[in-house]
Amino acid sequence: MSGAPRLAQAGTRQLDAQIPSGPIPEKWDTYRFHAKLVNPANRRKFTVIIVGTGLAGGAAAATLGEAGYNVLSFCIQDSPRRAHSIAAQGGINAAKNYRNDGDSITRLFYDTVKGGDYRAREANVHRLAQVSNHIIDQCVAAGVPFAREYGGLLDNRSFGGAQVSRTFYARGQTGQQLLIGAYHSMMRQVGAGTVTLFPRYEMLDLVVVDGRARGIIARNLISGAIERFAADAVLLATGGYGNAYFLSTNAVNSNATAIWRAYKRGALFANPCFTQIHPTCIPVSGDHQSKLTLMSESLRNDGRVWVPKIAGDRRPATQIPEHERDYYLERRYPSFGNLVPRDVASRASKAVCDEGRGAGETGLAVYLDFADSIKRLGEATIRDRYGNLFQMYEKITDENPYKTPMRIYPAIHYTMGGLWVDYNLMSTIPGLFVLGEANFSDHGANRLGASALMQGLADGYFVAPATLPNYLASTSLPKVSTDHEGFKEAESAVRTKIDRLIAVKGKKTPREIHRTLGKLLWDKVGMGRNDAGLEEALSRIPSLREEFWATVSVPSTGSEMSQILEYAGRVADYLELGEVIALDALERRESCGGHFREEYQTPDNEAQRDDEHFVHVAAWEYAGDGRLPVRNVEPLTFEYVKPSQRSYK
Amino acid sequence: MANMNLKLLVWRQAHSGHAGRMMPYEAHDVSPDMSFLEMLDIVNEGLIAKGEPPIDFDSDCREGICGMCSLVVNGIPHGPDRGSTVCQLHMRKFKDGDTITIEPWRAAAFPVCKDLVVDRGALDTLVAAGGYISASTGSAPDGNAILVQRDLAELAMDAAACIGCGACVAACKNASAALFVGAKVSHLALLPQGHPERETRVRAMVGRMDDLGFGNCSNEGECEAVCPKEISLANIARMRREYLRALVHGEPRTA
Repeated sequence: MSGAPRLAQAGTRQLDAQIPSGPIPEKWDTYRFHAKLVNPANRRKFTVIIVGTGLAGGAAAATLGEAGYNVLSFCIQDSPRRAHSIAAQGGINAAKNYRNDGDSITRLFYDTVKGGDYRAREANVHRLAQVSNHIIDQCVAAGVPFAREYGGLLDNRSFGGAQVSRTFYARGQTGQQLLIGAYHSMMRQVGAGTVTLFPRYEMLDLVVVDGRARGIIARNLISGAIERFAADAVLLATGGYGNAYFLSTNAVNSNATAIWRAYKRGALFANPCFTQIHPTCIPVSGDHQSKLTLMSESLRNDGRVWVPKIAGDRRPATQIPEHERDYYLERRYPSFGNLVPRDVASRASKAVCDEGRGAGETGLAVYLDFADSIKRLGEATIRDRYGNLFQMYEKITDENPYKTPMRIYPAIHYTMGGLWVDYNLMSTIPGLFVLGEANFSDHGANRLGASALMQGLADGYFVAPATLPNYLASTSLPKVSTDHEGFKEAESAVRTKIDRLIAVKGKKTPREIHRTLGKLLWDKVGMGRNDAGLEEALSRIPSLREEFWATVSVPSTGSEMSQILEYAGRVADYLELGEVIALDALERRESCGGHFREEYQTPDNEAQRDDEHFVHVAAWEYAGDGRLPVRNVEPLTFEYVKPSQRSYK
Repeated sequence: MANMNLKLLVWRQAHSGHAGRMMPYEAHDVSPDMSFLEMLDIVNEGLIAKGEPPIDFDSDCREGICGMCSLVVNGIPHGPDRGSTVCQLHMRKFKDGDTITIEPWRAAAFPVCKDLVVDRGALDTLVAAGGYISASTGSAPDGNAILVQRDLAELAMDAAACIGCGACVAACKNASAALFVGAKVSHLALLPQGHPERETRVRAMVGRMDDLGFGNCSNEGECEAVCPKEISLANIARMRREYLRALVHGEPRTA
């Protein structure tokens, strides 16, 4: 057996992650000392485009604006405050050790590397753990109303994959509050004139001039105009690609178009098959469904997960006596119990449902039961902790979770894969930086709960503001006008694609085809993957793509506001990206984190890594339409956290 | 509950310069488990398949937190459910044969972009005028250096729960943004971190409201009634106290 790809061509690119030398706790300080700086008086001469205004993009815009750069900030929503970071519920991790329960930067680093199943880059993760404490300080200073104890100190809760209590939270709306904090700081810079907002603009191409990212082509979503924007660097903070699966916990407008089109301009796409399936979402109720709603992982602090012991038991939950219930997480993982990491919890739920022991009419659900906690702590305490989540659950399902257990099921939630970046967060296109969920670097094959907010803000507040000046100060960047051939060519490519979409005039809606693709990806490239299923996905996706381009209906003139045109363009990209997700899953012949290949499991059904052949990042390189991409490899080394069989037992 | 057939009257408008009008549509076989927006999705699917331009409307997270969705349903912003965004409104609240009217937010400060989509940029402009704490990245003290009384933190959180959807403005006969600004002023004035700028902030934000086309508050309370996050009118009262305090103290000290 070998790690060489079977279908795809093996690439020969040397991917240099630019990791600073020296012991790991000193790397980031060493880097910052050696980084080149831009004089405060010169900063306004540099224009920086930031696409996306979530935690990563919003924090970067605020911080680079404060520093004095000329920032152009783009988002598809009507206001930067609406980016999908807003929906994160549970919390944000930091190694403050305010609980005095044994936490430290080293432990957060260790937990994150282990949680990622040893497929993340150690140096990046350590930096993330280091800056985590500054993030909390920054957010408190900006007015984030974190939960407090009676003495006025910050409160914490526990999250999956950790045995310390290190998660800071603001009710069940932590993402919203952190985003509003970053948004306020960004709007202060809008008032100060350093940040210019471009709301309702969608980036449709990256402009590369002399091998460097020098601008974007964006569509004004109100007027339909295609516009050109030039800059000295481009930062993408456009989030993940979970919506390729049609049903996910992402917002309906979250999409992969910006990163996908950057990929087609030469940025490598790393580990696309590392997708996270969140164990606690409200189950699918019918074909009409447009998205899945997450119930925060924090619920697993007080909720107990169970299914009936006997297959086919369809009695209502409250009629199933205690001795006929299987609290399978507590049974299988006594030391972490209900707080095992997401990948482990999701697979365990799938396993019991596959055995026919699932709950509810569809059998595709498990119970999350608060009865014991309500008995122990009282309904008022539970309401205090999770009131808004319970209310949301009741609105959607018409069931009262204070009285009957919630029904939950796994759903696509987060994507650990993304554009390949080095330690600077720079992609393989010089001048193109990628922040937050849009990059791949920190979470390996599985992200721990409350770590996405941490990474988004780390990249935006602290990392990019230190690495971008180093690039600007050490690179010769002659002025580029939007009349440059690179802009003309990119704009023309964008126009051609839009015209082509409109010209098909078929009978199928983009949503019908997107739903078919999503179901295929969920079935074959979802929670359990195997050789035959992946082959099948790879054979069906190209024909689905052909069907799209032959039968899609996009009733639009192109030169006006048109949500259907926006959506059709995104679906066209998913039809290409989906193939690369499946290909990556096929070529990674091991199980790790969220990537579970059924052929590679331990005797007790846990993920079986192959450290001999797959301790690497797979970075996919576009090779032209109609050709399979090339699989390049960045080897990973583990100096500090020795890879072992991940155990939460 | 069986599936329903519904009649819809929907505001269609090509763009801000065009006159708009109510257009009739039918929604067939609507499941009571659908959300209101999923029902509109299905209507749009029918239009798209026939090659007709679908109804444009805003939505994003579809779980009641992003503030993007913005429909007036049967005359009520976000529809008949209290404490809910329209994306969290479910069809089980309607009956077979119902006629439902669907309109965009109506306010001078929120011009219609197309169909049911409006421009709420004026709310961002209000925030840029002063709705923040000046805390540049890198300068923050330890998170526990300043204690925050728990009840004040909770009150600040109640105000900070505003999702900036603009339903308060759409419901108000004066199209006042008092609840939005009141929530922002309260959130930041209740926390010790917001104290140094509390007076300049309330002056700047209140001062901007008139310029942007928002009307005055006349204490009707429709804003609170439609607010999906049930932001309390007490925040408007607090904004007024803060404003009065700023007036009593006069312009910022210069000497």
